[in-house]
Order: sequence, then structure tokens, then C-alpha cells
Amino acid sequence: MEREKTDKLQAVIDKYKGVKGALIPVLQEVQDLFNYLPDEALRAVGKGLKVPLSRIYGVVTFYTQFHLVPQGKNSIHVCTGTACHVKGAKKMLERIESLLGIKDGDTTEDFKFTLKSVRCVGTCFLAPVMMINEDYFGELTEKKTEEAIKQYN
Amino acid sequence: MEQRLFKTFDDLAQYRKSLNTLNDPNKIYVRICMTGCRAQGATGVRDALAAGIEERGLKDKIEIIDAGCMGFCAKAPVMVIDPADIFYQGVTAEDASDIIKKTLINNKVVNRLCLNGPKKGTKIVHSRDIPFYKDQETIVLRNCGRISPTSLVHYIERDGYSALAKTLSQMPPEVVIEEVKQSGLRGRGGGGFPTGLKWQFARAAKGAPKYIICNADEGDPGAFMDRAVLEGDPHSVIEGMIIGGYAIGSNEGYIYVRAEYPIAVEHLTIAIAQAEEAGLLGENILGSGFDFKLKIKQGAGAFVCGEETALIASIEGKQGRPRPRPPFPAQSGLWGKPTNINNVETWANIPPIVLNSASWFSSLGTEKSKGTKVFALAGKINNTGLVEVPMGISLRKVIFDIGGGIPKDKKFKAAQMGGPSGGCVPAEHLDLPIDYDSLQEVGAIMGSGGMVIVDENNCMVELARFFLEFTQDESCGKCVPCRIGTKRMLEILTRITLGEGRDEDIDTLIKLGQMIKDSSLCGLGQTAPNPVLSTIRYFRDEYETHIKEKRCAAGSCKELTIYVINPETCTGCMVCAKRCPNAAITGEKKRLHTIDPTKCIKCGLCFESCKFKAVEIKGRL
Ligand SMILES: Cc1cc2nc3c(=O)[nH]c(=O)nc-3n(C[C@H](O)[C@H](O)[C@H](O)COP(=O)(O)O)c2cc1C
Ligand code: FES
Repeated sequence: MEREKTDKLQAVIDKYKGVKGALIPVLQEVQDLFNYLPDEALRAVGKGLKVPLSRIYGVVTFYTQFHLVPQGKNSIHVCTGTACHVKGAKKMLERIESLLGIKDGDTTEDFKFTLKSVRCVGTCFLAPVMMINEDYFGELTEKKTEEAIKQYN
Repeated sequence: MEQRLFKTFDDLAQYRKSLNTLNDPNKIYVRICMTGCRAQGATGVRDALAAGIEERGLKDKIEIIDAGCMGFCAKAPVMVIDPADIFYQGVTAEDASDIIKKTLINNKVVNRLCLNGPKKGTKIVHSRDIPFYKDQETIVLRNCGRISPTSLVHYIERDGYSALAKTLSQMPPEVVIEEVKQSGLRGRGGGGFPTGLKWQFARAAKGAPKYIICNADEGDPGAFMDRAVLEGDPHSVIEGMIIGGYAIGSNEGYIYVRAEYPIAVEHLTIAIAQAEEAGLLGENILGSGFDFKLKIKQGAGAFVCGEETALIASIEGKQGRPRPRPPFPAQSGLWGKPTNINNVETWANIPPIVLNSASWFSSLGTEKSKGTKVFALAGKINNTGLVEVPMGISLRKVIFDIGGGIPKDKKFKAAQMGGPSGGCVPAEHLDLPIDYDSLQEVGAIMGSGGMVIVDENNCMVELARFFLEFTQDESCGKCVPCRIGTKRMLEILTRITLGEGRDEDIDTLIKLGQMIKDSSLCGLGQTAPNPVLSTIRYFRDEYETHIKEKRCAAGSCKELTIYVINPETCTGCMVCAKRCPNAAITGEKKRLHTIDPTKCIKCGLCFESCKFKAVEIKGRL
């Protein structure tokens, strides 16, 4: 691990030492730091917060937000919530899968994209919707979907 | 505006009187939605307007308000220009100069940006004339779209924190609880439990400290009411929570927000800091001696965390698994202490109730469902967006008058309410008054307010399968009926949609569903079969055609769908052949066309595009 990151990691852990219910916020901040949750980081969190690694693993695998493997530079979140579903979200997902040659949940080999279906991003009025990083793309058609992804390539 | 510290009730009241930041007669206000509409480019519009106004030296006369959601999301980005009340929709950055030149300087309307009227060629200029807003009644959304959510000053000017001042200065906690009880307010998170009664339990519970929680997990996919309130008027939720804290005897609260709502978290963070600085949160609020502090907790992506005991486990830093109740959170909640948990919309209702009285609130609605309800309209409906209507209004009014009906003149099939825990309301019940009990009677629920409309092209078996896939995925795995029962139901439903349904499947689904409802640990499992049971109740024939005829009338289940052209009605116009993305349709002009089943990818474009209804859906048999 790079020196700078280990220092930052330690700072996050120190900030939450002794705080009740700190595990999830710590993991969120650590993931922001590394873009996933590396093994070494989890061990450091366990030691720092005095939480057994098994419990950390339980929490990490329970919540969909946490990743144990490195993520792509851009995250594509395709909404498959109800509103998007009834307006054909599945087609968009399939289109992206074939475009990037990966399945839902996977990362491209060049680590450019991670594709994930999510349940509602709260812009149901634009269904079907996807988010690439922080940007929303709504009223998707297969063509619009392709064009949006090209912008990040 | 400079931040101030209010040391007394009078300080706050005096300050409010001195304010004139929203109705200065010498000013023009441009309110633009900078929350939901951001997804459609509102930021660019706002920046272009601001630059143009600056350039022309009009900054003292024209003020842009970065407002919250105005509800009419279908027309995003939207804006209202006051005091003229001009409503513009679908605005782009390129429109900014016209808006400035014509409207802001010369008081003229830019016609192309106005909403289309009911008659062809007509336009609706003023927001007060728009049918979408006509039957609405705003209590929860009273400030949404009217003020800047990041301005405490705006909130105060619109009577913000006066309910808190009234509570702390005049009302003993028991009186506050009585008022909320009398109002008839019921929980808006889906359960519909009387809020005042819940507060009374929490107040009576032994143990200290006590906690207050706001449930902002908004897990129902297809719902965005809570998001809009948090983004558009965060102080209303905070004020409600402080009043609740005072009433039950708690000095500490948490707002649990789902991770997918970054703008909500941002606005809440700002609002909490503002309230703290102003002496409205923290120690000795407004000199009353009452202390209250608030923290934000971000969810980490798990639907079940919307369930109150799971949510509490999640705040404690554990896996969000529900536990059996009793004990209820009122007795043993966060860290084993008495805890009162309410939904965002429930909290936002509190200040108006305290300020305007219980009898004012209970004059709205029906006998057992008081006040208003916010709904998120989505799916196959023209006016997708947020609406707030008095309880008791008919579904027909909401869907057709306010919601503008179904796009492309398709036939309304059902309104799905309450998401994965809810059910569907078919056309035959469109005149049903919306209240907790009527909806329950027809096998649906009020839910938290998600209303997804489906039309004739949606398959109800597929929709039921979709919800089961969702709950199966989100089941935390703690209890067997939910973990394994929903899996079996999903397998059966999947089989039916693939054309492998068996005669006994419908009965099995009903039996299994009833069992899961009766024996699951938490609300997730107890309600998971609802979408299946309710679609079987109203659309049993669809299940049967899938199973017996291997046909999906909506053309949605691809494995069962074969498109054919009817030689009697085909005119040979070639439209379908041109639309087909896979060149599966052949035929010359004015001659019969045919679809090559080996090439057809079942996209349904030919079916959609044929004006003569010559493309038909056949089953696999
Ligand atoms: C599976 C499940 C998911 C839930 N999700 C939510 C939710 O997202 N938001 C919410 O306010 N309540 C949700 N609830 C209801 C809460 O458990 C609880 O009843 C509610 O927060 C109480 O607040 P209220 O009385 O103001 O409605 C959910 C319940 C269950 C069983
Ligand atoms: S269902 Fe897709 S954004 Fe809500």
C-alpha cells in the first residue's frame, strides 16, 4: 500500500475510534479512499476498531455498496427499479452487457467500466434511467445508452 | 445572508417579521428546480440565466432561487417566474437569453416554453392554471419548489421553526402528543400506524437516553417522495424531529438516508449546520432549556434496512437484519433504548399540525385517513412526477386528471401501489377513494407513496415475477419462509413466463404465498407474496393463458411471443418492414408482408408501428 494511503486510512480509523456504531461509516470512507475494500485495509480497520474480521466480512458482504475487488474507473448503474422495469430497463442492461462484453456486476478488463444494476436511483420520472458516475441519463433508448457510454470511453 | 443566533423565541419572531426575501415587490424571482431537474440539465439553465442577468446588470432586480422539486418532473427542467406566475418547461441553456430579454426585461411570455394546453395550439402560461396542480393540496410539499432548500432564511420567512417555538414556549410534551393524536396523522412509511400513539408509547417507556429516528431509506423502487422532501425542504423534517424529541423526552436523533441520494445528504448536512449555528438545534434551543442534536447516517444499500428493527441494527454498525417484535423500538430500540422512528413525510407533517391545529389537519381526508398523501407517479403515465393530494381523492382523478392519463392512448391496466409489499389496483377500482382502509380492502396498500402505472403492454405475470425477484434478492436470509419460500415462488413464476407453467402452479402460488405471509419474521416476508396474490386476484386469466395457451397477451414474455401478420388486414404499407431492426420482415409494396420467425428478435417494433393492427401476437401453441 502506498504510504499516503496508509496514513489516510489510519486517520479515518483514528477519527472513529471509540465512536458507537462506527463500522459502516468507516468502511464507507475507506472505500472512498481505495475505490474498493482491500484485504489489508479491512485488517487495519478490525484492529483499530477492535472488531473481529469475521464481523467486518459479514457487514461488507451484507450491503451492496461494498466491494471486495477493485472497481472500474467509471461506474455504470443501470436502474432496474419498478418504474424503469416497466419501461424496458432490461433491454438497456442487455445492450450495455453486449457493448462492453461483460455481465451485470463485472468490470471490464481495462478497468474502465464497472456495470451494476441498481434498484431505483430516485429519478423514476425519467425511466428508464442509468447513472454513469454522478451523471444521470434518462429516457434511455438503446441508441442513447450507447452514445452515453461512448462519452466516457 | 448572515447567519444569526436566536437566543429567545422573540428573537426568532422579530427576525421573521423583518424578512422580505421571497416577496419583495421590487423584484422578480426566478424559481428553478435544482434537485430532480438536475438530471435533465437544470444546472446549465441556471448558470446561463445567472450569467445573462449579471451581464446586463440586473442582479439587484432579478433573483434566481435554486429551488427544490415542483412536482411536474415529466417536463423537466421547469421554472416559475414570480410574481407573474409564469411556468416554463423543458427549458435549455439556449433559452436563457430569450427568457431574460422577453420575460424578465419586457414582461412578455416566451410561448414555446409554455405548457401545451388541452386544445391543440393553445398554451398555458400560469402555473395556477395547470391541470396537474389543480386538485393538489400541499402540506408536506408546502415549501418544495418555493424556497431554496439551502436557505434557512427562506424557511424562516415561510413560518419555519415557528411550530418549534410554539411547542417549546407554550405546549407541555403531553399536549404536543395529544395534538398529534387528535390530528389523526398516521405513519407515511407504509404501516399507517397512528403517530401520536406511537409517541405516547415512547414517552411512557422507561429508560434513558431515548432516541428519535427519521426513516429516509425510501426503499420502494419507483418512489421518490422522501427524496424530494429531503432535497427540497430539509428544515421541515428537522423541525418535525426536534418537536418529536421534545414530546417523547429525547435529546438525540438520527436521520438514516439511503446512499443513493447524494443531494439529500448534502442538503441535510447544510441544514443541520445552519440550524445549529442559529440556535435551533443543539443546547438550550431558543433559550428554552431543551437540548437536541441530530446526526446523519448513510445507508449502504439494502432494502430490508427500511424495516425499523433492521434500520436500527444498521445504525449500530451491524448487518441490517430485522428482529422479532415485540419488544417494539418504543421499548427497546437503538442500543436497547426507547426509540421513536417515523418516516420523512410523517415528520414533515408535524410542524403544520402544531402550527395550524389538529382540527385543521383532520378536516382534510376521510374518517380514518386524515390529511394528505404524497405520491410519486411513474411508469406508463403522461405526467410523471410528484403529487400531493387530500386523502379520499379517487385514483381516477390522480391518474387521469392530475397524471394526464396513459401515453400513446394505450389502455390503463393497473396502478401498482406500495411496491414490493403492495398490490395492484385494476381499472374496475379506479373510483376507489385513496385511503388506508379502502386500498387494503381491494388487496393493495397505501404504501409509502410509490404509484407505478402499467398499461396493456405490460404483463402482470412478468410484473409479479419482477417483484419476487426483488424480494428474493433483498431477503436477508434470517427466516426460512422468506429465504426459501420466496425462492420457490420465484422459480414457479419464472417457469410460467418461460412457457413451462403447469396446471397446478396458480394454486401452489396462492398456498405458498399465504404460508409465507403467515410465518415470516418481518414485514418484508410478510408482504412479499402480495404482488403475486393481487395479480392472481385480478389477472388470473393472464396467468392461465400463459400456462394453458403458452401465450403472453402483452407480448412481454419473449419466450411465449410469436409475431405474425394477418393477411386479412395487412395493407402492404411497408412501415413494419422499415422499422424492423433485424430485417426479419419481407414483402413488397401493397403486397402481404411476412415475418421470418428465425430472424425475429421479438422487439415488438412492428406490433407498435402497425396502424392497421395487422401484426398480431400468437402464443407458442
Ligand atoms: C421491508 C420493509 C421495508 C420498509 N421500508 C421503509 C422505507 O423505506 N421507509 C419508511 O419510512 N418505512 C419503511 N418501512 C416501514 C418501517 O418499518 C416503519 O414502519 C416506519 O419507518 C415507521 O414510520 P411511520 O410510522 O412514520 O410510517 C419498511 C418496512 C418493511 C417491512
Ligand atoms: S425505478 Fe428507476 S429511477 Fe426509480
